[in-house]
Amino acid sequence: MSSLLEMREITKEFPGVRALDRVSVAVKQGEIHAICGENGAGKSTLMKVLSGVYPAGSYEGEIVYEGEPVAFRDIRDSEARGIIIIHQELALVPQLSVAENIFLGNERATRGVIDWHETNKRTEALLAKVGLREPPTVKVDSLGVGKQQLVEIAKALSKDVKLLILDEPTAALQENDSRKLLDLMLELKAQGVTCIIISHKLGEVRYVADTVTVIRDGTTVSTLDARQDLSEDRIVRDMVGRDMTHRFPEHARTPGDTLLEVEGWSVWHPEHADRRVIKDASFTVRAGEVVGIAGLMGSGRTELAMSIFGRSYGRNISGDIRLRGKQVDVSTVDRAIAAGLSYVTEDRKSLGLVLDETVRFNTTLANLPAVSSGGILNRNEETRVAEKYRDALAIRTPTVFQKVVNLSGGNQQKVVLAKWLNTAPDVLILDEPTRGIDVGAKYEIYTIINELAAEGKGVVMISSEMPELIGMCDRIYVMNEGALVGELAAAEASQERIMSLIVNE
Amino acid sequence: MTLVQGGEITEKADRPAKSIGDYLSSHLREYGLLFALIAIMAFFQIVTDGTLLRAVNVTNLLLQNSYIVIMALGMLVVIVSGNIDLSVGSVMGFIGALAAVMIVNWDQSVFVTVIACLVTGALIGAAQGYWIAYWKIPSFIVTLAGMLVFRGLSLWLLEGQSVGPFPSEFQVIANGFVPDIFPAGVGTALAALFDVRRLNVLALGFGIVGAASLVWIGLRQRARNRSYGIVDEPRSFFIARNAIVAAAIIFITYKLSTFRGLPNVLLTMGVLTIIYAFLTQNTVIGRRVYALGGNAKAAKLSGIKTERLTFLAFVNMGILAAAAGLVFAARLNTATPKAGFALELDVIAAVFIGGASMSGGVGTIVGAVVGAFLMGVLNNGMSIMGIGIDYQQMIKGLVLLAAVVFDVYNKQKQG
Repeated sequence: MSSLLEMREITKEFPGVRALDRVSVAVKQGEIHAICGENGAGKSTLMKVLSGVYPAGSYEGEIVYEGEPVAFRDIRDSEARGIIIIHQELALVPQLSVAENIFLGNERATRGVIDWHETNKRTEALLAKVGLREPPTVKVDSLGVGKQQLVEIAKALSKDVKLLILDEPTAALQENDSRKLLDLMLELKAQGVTCIIISHKLGEVRYVADTVTVIRDGTTVSTLDARQDLSEDRIVRDMVGRDMTHRFPEHARTPGDTLLEVEGWSVWHPEHADRRVIKDASFTVRAGEVVGIAGLMGSGRTELAMSIFGRSYGRNISGDIRLRGKQVDVSTVDRAIAAGLSYVTEDRKSLGLVLDETVRFNTTLANLPAVSSGGILNRNEETRVAEKYRDALAIRTPTVFQKVVNLSGGNQQKVVLAKWLNTAPDVLILDEPTRGIDVGAKYEIYTIINELAAEGKGVVMISSEMPELIGMCDRIYVMNEGALVGELAAAEASQERIMSLIVNE
Repeated sequence: MTLVQGGEITEKADRPAKSIGDYLSSHLREYGLLFALIAIMAFFQIVTDGTLLRAVNVTNLLLQNSYIVIMALGMLVVIVSGNIDLSVGSVMGFIGALAAVMIVNWDQSVFVTVIACLVTGALIGAAQGYWIAYWKIPSFIVTLAGMLVFRGLSLWLLEGQSVGPFPSEFQVIANGFVPDIFPAGVGTALAALFDVRRLNVLALGFGIVGAASLVWIGLRQRARNRSYGIVDEPRSFFIARNAIVAAAIIFITYKLSTFRGLPNVLLTMGVLTIIYAFLTQNTVIGRRVYALGGNAKAAKLSGIKTERLTFLAFVNMGILAAAAGLVFAARLNTATPKAGFALELDVIAAVFIGGASMSGGVGTIVGAVVGAFLMGVLNNGMSIMGIGIDYQQMIKGLVLLAAVVFDVYNKQKQG
């Protein structure tokens, strides 16, 4: 079989980061090609290079498609050649009908007047192809995620797709919906459509793929023939088998008594009442202990943390929370803070900081009573508190009157930490505390975490970076699809063991 | 792709202003507003041959704009919290109608009426705030509905007629003056000194004390800033700004003192302005309103009861709209179904001219009050010049647009 697509030695750099380093992939005509790799390995960047989101010229290397070199300037260019990507987050307009969505930007119209008869008739044909039995006029938001996925594929088919790229298509799907989608891929393959699937789930990769390319840290590690030498162990090893690239500060911990106990914690989705997002999760944190929660994006880690912290996520929450053995009320954020909990968000810009305000404003925000009497702020005291944390956490800012929007990511993260340390918590939940900050700042954050543990606080650390969890934590819980599926002690944790707990659903 | 997003933002710090020009360009907004007000006043003073700053006109100017200023205080809080209130003009009219009906038709005492009106204002604010805060219905829509409902209610209450006049105890709310507590001899002696017919010592003394305390507060703040190493305004700017503001206050109170003295309304307005400036800048609840408007999600995750705060902002707005309604009715000495028509737009414009941001979290009480007076001087000056209402509207509209464009331009230049 000849190659439909060859990406040769693709290198893509962002300021300070080389996201792709001479990655090569060859996709044969009519096959299903799986691309596997960890979060941040470079899979999505590679697909963005292919589809023209990053236009020709912004990367090095060569793309050969249908036997000739191509240089796409934008998505329209690549779509015109039949390359269509379906992203993880679906790009449908929920308030429009299925037919309107399928022909969005490609309307069946003459002089701007839409031919609804033609539109609906063609939609019916497309829906039949993907096996979706819904009328073309039904609104997209009344369909489940699985069916929406099928609408996306029908939309791709409406554009005479030759190469269909699915980015983690089953991440949000239930078991049987996933199966249906994979079967549809096999059917499309039989009709001559070439597919690229990006997936973490090795079970489904084995089910559909002909060839597997593993990417790690922006480079191609291996290309495997699925019909011969494909074992899950091999793929997992290739995906995570790197050296420990980060350094972690030394720590010796002696965890004390149990601080936080969460038992039988279940949470339902705030909008889809029948979806249980967190399934019966139970875990404990001891004083002076750093506990990790590993899992892929979308596995429910953030939802778990936020639902515990003052029910900031979800509804119909059930389960028990005990602090030092006593049942506590954490049903609102201020009660959770009063009980001694803190949650440092993964999204510091939209959930953690008031960006246009000063370091001082943000530092004292979660505990204003401490810098006021009778409801009147003591600004001198506020400044003193802000400067105390600036010095303790080495926040690099000329004064505490600097707006946080002007600080670097690492320093912003420290301001968020300062805000929570100022509430004198017993247990801190840190959600991706080192996301988007540079290596030096990461080291400083790790040092702060060690100091907190040394002071006898309990720390829960949620992270997508497994080396970070292994390097920092005393115990690691592994989360997958809303459930805690395993628990590893620091000594027995390895990236391979965590990954195999995740992929062996 | 978490790794990829990790590009560090370079540190961009406010370095100490190298020159006065640097300082001016980074604080253009605050000075711009003050200069604009002075420039506009100077312009009208010249083209109206000095009518603008005549004692009677200065008094008028303050009385005419008092209800706008009172409502701008509440509107500033609402806008900083990230909302808007379109109903204040109608609410103001409705409360005026209620006061008229209670006093004239139902023979209630002034005291009972004032209390009942303020409570009604609070209830109106609560009724609107409830939907906005707890049902998350956009404030634009809820208060647009309120605007229609309360306009209709005033028509219904007044049965389409004007109701009045009010007893004099009620009229003093707007048209009364604080009696001079100093012996008459002092006034006459000073009047001779300044070569005027009479002089109200209390009014002048009030201005001098006010100006002095403003300068004193400024000096104290400056000393404190210095001790914390904050980059402060250059000495020349500090002196010039305070000199202008202090001179303006003394000048205005001097003008007032040569006419009928200190209007009750000015006293009310001044006290309210000081209270709200303190409330927004120096209290926990004020701080939380700024956090709510700046980033509602982050505020909520910091343990701030954002719903209750939004609710209270509207209750407060309702009370202030009621207060403005009483002042307005007392000033006109009658309640009409059209009272307060389209006034909400003047109030909102004043707040935005004063530097508040539509998206919330930004704005000051002093800015809103200055914005209100800027609009007031424009109105008054153009009326004296005899400019038609058509041109007046156009000019006011362009001034509002210019102020906001200036804001956005400034922000882009800095960002």
